[in-house]
Amino acid sequence: MSFLKINNATKSYGSTKVLHNIDIDVEEGEFLVLVGPSGCGKSTLLNMIAGLEDITSGTIDIKGQTMNGVHPSKRNIAMVFQSYALYPNMTVGQNITFGLEMHGVAKAERDKSMNEVAEMLQIKQLLNRKPGQLSGGQRQRVAMGRALVRDPDVFLFDEPLSNLDAKLRVDMRTEIKKLHQKLGTTIVYVTHDQIEAMTLSTRIAVMNGGYVQQLGTPKEIYDTPANLFVASFMGSPSMNLVPAKVVANGDGIFAQLPTGLSDQVNLKFSNPTEALKGFDQKEIVLGIRPEAITDPEGADRKAKHIEQITNRVIVTEPAGSDTYVMSSLGGKDCNARMRADAQVTAGQDVPFAINMDKAIPFDPSSEMRIA
Amino acid sequence: MSVASTDNAINTGRITRAFIYLMLILFATFYLLPFGIMVINSVKPLSEITGGNMMALPQVFTLEPWLKAWNSAQIGVEPTGLKPYFWNSLKMVFPAVAISTVLGALNGYVLTKWRFKGDTILFGLMLFACFIPFQIVLIPMARVLGFLGIAGSTPGLVLVHVVYGLGFTTLYFRNYYQVFPTELIRAAQIDGAGFFRIFWRIMLPSSGPIIVVSVIWQFTNIWNDFLFGASFADLDSQPMTVALNNLVSSSTGVKEYNVHFAGAILAALPTLLVYIVAGRYFVRGLMAGSVKG
Repeated sequence: MSFLKINNATKSYGSTKVLHNIDIDVEEGEFLVLVGPSGCGKSTLLNMIAGLEDITSGTIDIKGQTMNGVHPSKRNIAMVFQSYALYPNMTVGQNITFGLEMHGVAKAERDKSMNEVAEMLQIKQLLNRKPGQLSGGQRQRVAMGRALVRDPDVFLFDEPLSNLDAKLRVDMRTEIKKLHQKLGTTIVYVTHDQIEAMTLSTRIAVMNGGYVQQLGTPKEIYDTPANLFVASFMGSPSMNLVPAKVVANGDGIFAQLPTGLSDQVNLKFSNPTEALKGFDQKEIVLGIRPEAITDPEGADRKAKHIEQITNRVIVTEPAGSDTYVMSSLGGKDCNARMRADAQVTAGQDVPFAINMDKAIPFDPSSEMRIA
Repeated sequence: MSVASTDNAINTGRITRAFIYLMLILFATFYLLPFGIMVINSVKPLSEITGGNMMALPQVFTLEPWLKAWNSAQIGVEPTGLKPYFWNSLKMVFPAVAISTVLGALNGYVLTKWRFKGDTILFGLMLFACFIPFQIVLIPMARVLGFLGIAGSTPGLVLVHVVYGLGFTTLYFRNYYQVFPTELIRAAQIDGAGFFRIFWRIMLPSSGPIIVVSVIWQFTNIWNDFLFGASFADLDSQPMTVALNNLVSSSTGVKEYNVHFAGAILAALPTLLVYIVAGRYFVRGLMAGSVKG
């Protein structure tokens, strides 16, 4: 029996269906991230778990109990909102204990819990301030404190870091991860930021258009995306998706595609599947992540098969830690990640090493991965 | 016009500045003049008014007209002064303002945070209340008051003013709460607060400016109302405005202008006080929500 079970849940507004038959099981202590572009239904799903929106059909169970129609306050959940939603008229301390007060917890006990949480989040010195006097990061902490103090079964986070500046966001991200490791509570976390999704989660549900596109561990999502949407959405810079033709012969199965210099190169698949053989002489979309295309010295030594091609550099983008090199592959711009000190300049013809272990073929008509 | 004019108000010359101030002082004086004349004439003996210049400063200063207006002037048939009517007004204004403001806040809260089917239509209908002329409701209201058995009483007047003011107070609070973040309500729901708990603990404490607007608006309107007071009040519940009319327009005896002036100022004092105390919140509250941030 899973801890949080979303069973065939749908949501419609009138005749518009915004969530289609969502099935997700979350085990106790898991960190599930719902990620997707805006309008994909991830926040709606979170609100349905919270009980702030009702479920059109299907069920949502927490700890084996069906939550349909149960009031948000009786689900033993806590939520951190994007705007933090701190009560402006109350002090930080009152904000944190308001939920306990509403649940009839005695004053002494409330203060004890408040102090524990304040200690953990290092906001003790802020307890008597009003939210208006706090910085963004401090408000974020208070909002988390308000959720923590309830000791809920499930934590719900609705894009909690999106209002913070870049540096603080990274700090708070680590903080949240630490907190999860320490407390081991079940968390459902909504974000549109795929890096947050990758770094925080134990499992990710990638959503688009009201459907769960893929549900899996960060590694599964990243290495074996189920379809073109997941492939292009997850990863930064995003995966190179280039058209190619499958050619099978005695030596193996190849992806045939033009480069910036020559009409055709043949890239040999390391682990061709049976399904891929069926695409002989057909068009596919070849997905290669930027870090799988490197300078030959930077190539992965453990890779089963590395194709080396020469290609013309269009643009280089030195990012400090790496240098991103743009070239043309299959008629499209193709991003490669080289070592920072790789000697390449625009207009030059340089060797590229393509790690074919990481190349993923997609069916262009169904947009699904060929597996 | 030059391409980039560096001219602005800060750089205007001294003479322009003096001229601006002169004009401002002139206009201010002009607006204050009627009130000034009222004050001047309310502290003169009657002989100075009837026998001479209304504009002249008093030669003999006396508070007699004020005391008379308050204590012993002839109002209708009784020589009671305005005092009992002043209390009548207060007894009517305070409950009416409080009830209409609280109900308006509740309406605004429901119309923005507990949306239901047809809520915009309902709000639109409530807005109509702001445009209904007083005279139209007189007869239906008289029937209702009679039916409820509170015709000619202070509770009856309170009801009339509450009903009439609801349209305005609902409009104010609805617009104010429109921009109040809904996430706060959701957070409170998850925290376990119910409908009224959220209202008292979260919404109302954050509604200071708009409460001030509602109170000023309602207080001024209800205190200054004459028509409802004249139509629906008995002798023992008549408000100040009706009594003032009876004082000023009595057709027997000498017209005591100085007493009339004093009475008029007495009748205007409470609203004046409300404006002075809370006026600066008025504009602030009316503007609240119009600009984000």
